Amino acid sequence: MKEIFFLIFAVLTILTALCVPLSRKPVNAAMNMLVSFVGLAALFVLLETYFLAVLQVMVYAGAIVVLFLFIIMLMDANQSPPPKLVRFLASFAALALLAVGGYYLVFGCGSGPYPEISAAAPAALSRTFGVELFTKYLLPFQMTGFMLLIAMVGVIVVSRKHEPETTGGEK
Amino acid sequence: MELTHFIWLVTKALLMIAVVMGCSAYAVLLERKVAAAIQWRPGPNRTQIPIFGGLPIIGRILTRIGIFQPVADGLKFVFKEEPFPKHVNTFYFLLAPMVAFIPAMTTMTVMPFGVYTNEAGEAAPLVLANLDIGILFILAVSSLGVYGIVLGGWASNSKFPFLGGIRASAQMISYELAMGMALLPVLMWFGGSLNLFDIVQGQSAHMFKWTIIYQPLSAFIFLVALFAETNRLPFDMAESETDLVAGFNTEYGAFKFGLFFVGEYAHIIIGSGVFTLLFLGGWYPPFFTDALPEGWIGSVLSVLIFFFKVLGLVFFFMWIRWTLPRFRYDQVMKLGWERLLPLAIANLVAYAIIIALIAQIQN
Repeated sequence: MKEIFFLIFAVLTILTALCVPLSRKPVNAAMNMLVSFVGLAALFVLLETYFLAVLQVMVYAGAIVVLFLFIIMLMDANQSPPPKLVRFLASFAALALLAVGGYYLVFGCGSGPYPEISAAAPAALSRTFGVELFTKYLLPFQMTGFMLLIAMVGVIVVSRKHEPETTGGEK
Repeated sequence: MELTHFIWLVTKALLMIAVVMGCSAYAVLLERKVAAAIQWRPGPNRTQIPIFGGLPIIGRILTRIGIFQPVADGLKFVFKEEPFPKHVNTFYFLLAPMVAFIPAMTTMTVMPFGVYTNEAGEAAPLVLANLDIGILFILAVSSLGVYGIVLGGWASNSKFPFLGGIRASAQMISYELAMGMALLPVLMWFGGSLNLFDIVQGQSAHMFKWTIIYQPLSAFIFLVALFAETNRLPFDMAESETDLVAGFNTEYGAFKFGLFFVGEYAHIIIGSGVFTLLFLGGWYPPFFTDALPEGWIGSVLSVLIFFFKVLGLVFFFMWIRWTLPRFRYDQVMKLGWERLLPLAIANLVAYAIIIALIAQIQN
């Protein structure tokens, strides 16, 4: 039963993920991305990491893709222009990277014994997650926060530049 | 998994769906009746089903209170001509009502609605799936509901639905933040448990243990955000029929519109249920302390109490709708980002300090 579910959701996730860069319409790409994220959440459920699954749906599917969709609709980007030579080259480079990375992931170091994941009691899962995040992984967490802050400042700078100067009064 | 067990699970799920769907249908009737009462008119009071409506006295009363009206409404949705505009994006146009409807129905799987004593003598919830992170599940799945509106607005490929969809998505993202922030102090209050059943059990003893007494501000912010998330007036930016015709569902008709409609009411019912569980003590009666008797009577009573609390809250939703005027769009955004969100964050910090202090004193 579990294997069947795994196959279904794995195929769904990978196929829709593949469709994201392949679809010509941005809305289709965003929707494929959404399905891919939800499929990934289902895979997390099969791994019994429910907390991660719910976070995946809540953050990525529930917030980020909505924002993507929102922006796509506002820009009214109906169809991406036909690909140029640079894009072809970039795509091939990405494909090569993917092939090499996939090869090493599967055949390179994939045979070694993986460390057993210590499955916390599901009731305390969110608590364990929080404690680990704020003690052991505090530095990466803070770094991520700073990176987001940088991105935010960047967005403000970029968006302020196009603002017409004649707008008086409050925005 | 045994076959009988499987059949039992499916039966329970179907029963739950039937109850929520039935409640959604009758919520529509309630809405019309409440609107009528507030506007000083009788409301739907003509619909009859031949045999029942013809009963001597009861039939007449039932007809007057409009008990058969949802049947007529439902049949109307099914038998009407389905308008299908030529200019729409067919796939997403058909997908949108389903996407709006499914999350609203999915969230009910983790919503406990009563309590019973199991073989081990412990209190256990009446629920389809007693998930440890139930409240997160509800938040996650209900946040997917916005896609129905956004896609519906976009796929209709005309101006008013498009504006409605854009407004809805911006509004829902904004208020989700305030909602989550208002929720955090509640979760901290009950020892960090994300299980809805534990949260209700924590409020069991008497009315003054209800979260709304201890955290009125959280409850208020959560309720306002809930209005915004369910797209109800005064936050129905997605529809706002005075400036957007009918908003995101302008191009929809017949059954597809019906799906949007029922989805909205299911959303309201589920939202009211969550509010009841989090802030109003779930299935525990307000006054008599530890009043739920043992055995099946207690279970039935708990379900009934929960039902009536939810009903009261649904009525409150409708009351507000026919009382307050709609906000302007910039007011909605301002309220969400400049009032509710800072308030929710301040509330969170304050309760974090209070809870830490209480923990210190108790040690």
